Amino acid sequence: VSVEIMTMAQAINSALHLAMDADSRVVVLGEDVADPIGGVLKITKGLSTKYGRDRVRATPIAETGIVGAAVGLALGGYKPVAEIMFMDFTAVCLDQILNHAAKLRYMSGGHTPVPLTIRTGVGTRRFGAQHSQNLEAWFMHTPGIKVVVPATAADAKGLLTACIADPDPCLFLEHFDLVFAEKGEVPVGAHQVPLGEAAIRRPGQDITVVAYGTQVRNALTAAEELAERGIAAEVIDLRTLVPLDMPTVLDSVERTGRAVVVHDAHTFCGPGAELAAQITEQLWGELQAPVLRLGAGPSPVPFADALDFHPCAADIVAAALKTIGQA
Amino acid sequence: MYRLMALITATSDRAAGEVKSGALASAFYPVRGLEGVCAALGVALQPDDQLVSTYRSLGDALAKGANLRRVIAEIYGRSDGLCGGKGGPMHLQDTSVGFMTSTGVVGSGIPIAVGLGIAAQLDGAARAVVATFGDGATSIGAFHEAMNIAGLWKVPVVFLCQNNQWGEHTPIAEYAASTDLADRARAYAMSSVRVDGFDPVATLGVLREALERARSGGGPTFVEALTYRLTGHSGSSDYSYVPADELAAAMARDPVPTFRRSVLTSGQMSEAELAAIDAEVAAAVDDAFAFATASPPPPSETRYRDVFADPSALTGAGVPA
Repeated sequence: VSVEIMTMAQAINSALHLAMDADSRVVVLGEDVADPIGGVLKITKGLSTKYGRDRVRATPIAETGIVGAAVGLALGGYKPVAEIMFMDFTAVCLDQILNHAAKLRYMSGGHTPVPLTIRTGVGTRRFGAQHSQNLEAWFMHTPGIKVVVPATAADAKGLLTACIADPDPCLFLEHFDLVFAEKGEVPVGAHQVPLGEAAIRRPGQDITVVAYGTQVRNALTAAEELAERGIAAEVIDLRTLVPLDMPTVLDSVERTGRAVVVHDAHTFCGPGAELAAQITEQLWGELQAPVLRLGAGPSPVPFADALDFHPCAADIVAAALKTIGQA
Repeated sequence: MYRLMALITATSDRAAGEVKSGALASAFYPVRGLEGVCAALGVALQPDDQLVSTYRSLGDALAKGANLRRVIAEIYGRSDGLCGGKGGPMHLQDTSVGFMTSTGVVGSGIPIAVGLGIAAQLDGAARAVVATFGDGATSIGAFHEAMNIAGLWKVPVVFLCQNNQWGEHTPIAEYAASTDLADRARAYAMSSVRVDGFDPVATLGVLREALERARSGGGPTFVEALTYRLTGHSGSSDYSYVPADELAAAMARDPVPTFRRSVLTSGQMSEAELAAIDAEVAAAVDDAFAFATASPPPPSETRYRDVFADPSALTGAGVPA
């Protein structure tokens, strides 16, 4: 497979172009998604020029209208890809996402599936508290919607392709810290990464660090530092939170006997709580230490750098050492 | 049309009665007062037109042609129900007849209907989508967002407001800045008409025109069918708060007996013909309730089916595939 170096933004754009090209039922809708702007981050650039404004619809600023129309399009036989500019704005249309997209297959006894992809951006701290929250736990808590968080450019392309092809609603998170900064080799042409399969980014036998999204790079940096101390950390990138690849996680922790779970979402009731609980329930006898969680603190996201509370590589190193008893 | 009206009344009254007696443990929302609107809709709709309804969907379901036995079995949560017992009375659907979905959240079906309308546009199909909703739904944001998008893109949707003049337990004048709901639609650059929803013939004429406009590319229409809720909000709630004189005036115009009388006096049908319809409807309702109560409950292995297409997606959530 030939590859090219691209940013995550370019990889997402490539996946959208390929999906629209391969299937005329794929339609894109959201605020500003049409050319010339091609999305506020230009991720949908070129789509409306190539596929027309019938299939690429710049909508009013109306998140409930956007996701509701996307649910209707899905019921009508289309494969809509809706963009919600910032993840915080999903709060404006949670009813359509959680009560409709996620529940319609089940409530109808399988008669009304909703093959819908919602792409949404997770802002950085510099936008303030209403544009930067990592809310994936909200969606994990409602059965019926898949939650997908790429950490690399190649995965962004492959996972988005899988989301669009999937027969169920998928929430696809694009973290602004990764969209332009994360660059890597991306397969040219069709590329699909199955949903529900975690990736082991670095093998190790002493401790398991479970991460996803932005925290994968911090986990890899931390693993480097731990290696200098003679500790071999295994880094797992979950890639999708629903479906959750527990077999890969449990297999790893069974070998290492220690685990740290890290994410940008709040620690309290965050995805790490679920992982820690499942690991503890399944591997109580094998664990050498309690499973530790690292995440954002229990306040809205502060604007000032000095108040930032997202875990960094040093936090992961410290947690790993504590777990190993070297803190 | 009379048969459909009589069927809706008989089914609604029977279901409400079963709730009251305790035989049916279900949140059921009666449709008494809407029979004329629902029946007119049933006659005006073509088979490939699509319908999105609300939790008060019994009349709409029967109007669109959903199977009566399976509707009632769903209300009872039985395996032969339209949703296999997973939906209940608030979530009736029968996509085989274009009855696409019913939502339990006020106003939330309206943007979904717009999406179905966009799908019809993209298909290049001459079909219309109808969203039904109560007057209470005109207060919520989803209504306004959907109306704006439909007006903007000339989406083939008929917004059918079944105005029963009560938002749950609050009368319209106490929650709407303007009680002329049809007036709101004009702000979204679409045709708008108010009709007496107790008059099925007048309503049929209005709906036919609106549906034809949608199918022929003329864009959306807002239809306000003015009715009155002849029962409480839900099957079990009282309606002591409804002013007695208003209710008495509405009951005097109860659409089914009123329409029956007009059909009789105009000579369109004889008493014997109407009585035969009444008897046939009563038998159909008895049959459907007998079918529903005899239907087995859904088997436990269906509990986690249809969360996702692939059951193995739940393994990480603790459900073996």
